Amino acid sequence: MSLKASVKVSRTPFALDVQLEVKQGETVAVLGPNGAGKTTLLRALAGLVPFEGRVELNGNVLEDSAQRFRVPTEDRHVGLVFQDHVLFPHLSVLDNIAFGLQAQGRPEARKIARGWLERAGLADKAGSMPRELSGGQAQRVALLRTLATEPRLLLLDEPLSALDVTIRAEVRRELARQLNSFPGVRLIVTHDPLEAIALADRLVVLENGHVVQTGTPQEVTARPRSRFVADLAGVNLLRGQGHGDHITLVNGSSVAAPDAGEGNVFAMIHPRAVALYLTRPEGTPRNVWQGETENIDLHGDRVRVRVLGPVPLVAEVTPSAVRDLHLHVGAPVWISVKATEVSVYPA
Amino acid sequence: MSQGRVPAALLALAGLGLLFFLLPLVGLIVRAPWDQAIGAIGSPETGTALGLSLFCSLAATAVALVLGIPLAFVLSKTTGNLRSVIRALTTLPMVLPPVVGGVALLLAFGRKGLVGSILYQAFGIQIPFTTAAAVMAETFVAMPFLVIAVEGGLRSLDPRYEEAARALGARGWMVFARVTLPLLRPAIFSGAVLCWARALGEFGATITFAGNFPGRTQTVPVAVYVALETRPESAIVLSLILLAVSLAVLVGMRDRWLGAL
Repeated sequence: MSLKASVKVSRTPFALDVQLEVKQGETVAVLGPNGAGKTTLLRALAGLVPFEGRVELNGNVLEDSAQRFRVPTEDRHVGLVFQDHVLFPHLSVLDNIAFGLQAQGRPEARKIARGWLERAGLADKAGSMPRELSGGQAQRVALLRTLATEPRLLLLDEPLSALDVTIRAEVRRELARQLNSFPGVRLIVTHDPLEAIALADRLVVLENGHVVQTGTPQEVTARPRSRFVADLAGVNLLRGQGHGDHITLVNGSSVAAPDAGEGNVFAMIHPRAVALYLTRPEGTPRNVWQGETENIDLHGDRVRVRVLGPVPLVAEVTPSAVRDLHLHVGAPVWISVKATEVSVYPA
Repeated sequence: MSQGRVPAALLALAGLGLLFFLLPLVGLIVRAPWDQAIGAIGSPETGTALGLSLFCSLAATAVALVLGIPLAFVLSKTTGNLRSVIRALTTLPMVLPPVVGGVALLLAFGRKGLVGSILYQAFGIQIPFTTAAAVMAETFVAMPFLVIAVEGGLRSLDPRYEEAARALGARGWMVFARVTLPLLRPAIFSGAVLCWARALGEFGATITFAGNFPGRTQTVPVAVYVALETRPESAIVLSLILLAVSLAVLVGMRDRWLGAL
């Protein structure tokens, strides 16, 4: 019982080429920046966008372009929850939820719909029109409307991004609870790492239409393979050639690391491992460069300083260190990183 | 109005244009035999023409709704050359002189017409010069207004409502009846009102295809034209009635409905 999909959409200047497998009872989040092709992927799985490839759900083929076979959207039993909910504005909340049940020809559709509303604690909203709902309520009604049809595959497009930041955490908890009680295959697309990590068992990182990394949230953030993931994990990511005890970056700079390996590699450096100095540090740290302060950002009680130089890095320091070092944008600064703090893995 | 001043020459021409619309209306109202108006409204001829006009225009609007909404729906779903062809065919009656429309209807549905001859020989049915012919003439001329309005509404409809309905398992007819149609209500309403107003004022195609038979095909516009020779005061009163109806439609729809076109 699972989803197996291979989806290829070519639409200049945009191309999507994704292989995907999601097991029953597992929540997978497709994570990527805007424009990575996430929504197109969901629409392809729902049968709303033509593509090349094959989609198989629980052993049944939904679409196979090679065989020119295609199950129409309405027969797929695929539940698609749109980013901005797309509740029918002319139907009450109850009728919105009953809609899918009526489409299936279920008797007492409205009674079943009322049951869903009651279980979700929204019974008092049954007679409301969608425009009278708050963003969080609309999101929950949209999810209920889809869950009520008992789909085999649940597709959520940026489920929380249309919501006000102040209520996201609450709606996210509710969503996580509902996802866990949904027995089918669950797929979310999002550009919000927090949303992905909070809701998903496994991440699929999509960039420019291609999968760059998959794994549990821990695996993905521990060894980022793209700038997007590195940024979300808040770490420095470098790419270069391994030469045993050091790495050569594309711009020719060298970074010492104990196990640099050979060939194409990624090097990850945590910002807390990057030290800043006013003058060239004494002692023998092998990774010492001079650079220029590009950017200073306050993150809670820590300060992130982006330094341009032969090896551009972000350092995380205390506010008092910023004062002591007289740091300001454009100020010269020395940076050093212990070789043992450079973690290298194959690209 | 923006800050810039309108040049005097443009202002003068615009005023002239406005006057050109206004003067005939003023003439109609000033020269109206108001003392005879009440009597003329109450007269049986006026009542008959008015009743027939209402019946024919409403029937034409009903036919246009039944046929025009599906036509607009199909039009919005087709692309390429076929779309251009259907579009041209549906909008042709808007630019065609109504008399030509009437002649064309005669050639198609007349006793010797393309379809009319078959109807006559097989069933003995004659369409021309009947009330049905008046309804058909009005439908022919007025339906494009409805089709254009509804197609405009369909084009500005967010396609994701239909997609959401399909993803919930709804088939074509249910999507159309429960989602598309209700969401089109404003466009359908404004299209129907425009269509009805056009049908009410229809003259050329009606008199050509349906003729001038009081109580059967003599609608108000036809009656106005005929009465102008013999009983001008009656013609003026009938015209006033049509003017009042037009104004009522215009005021009732205001910019929000007409603006959608």
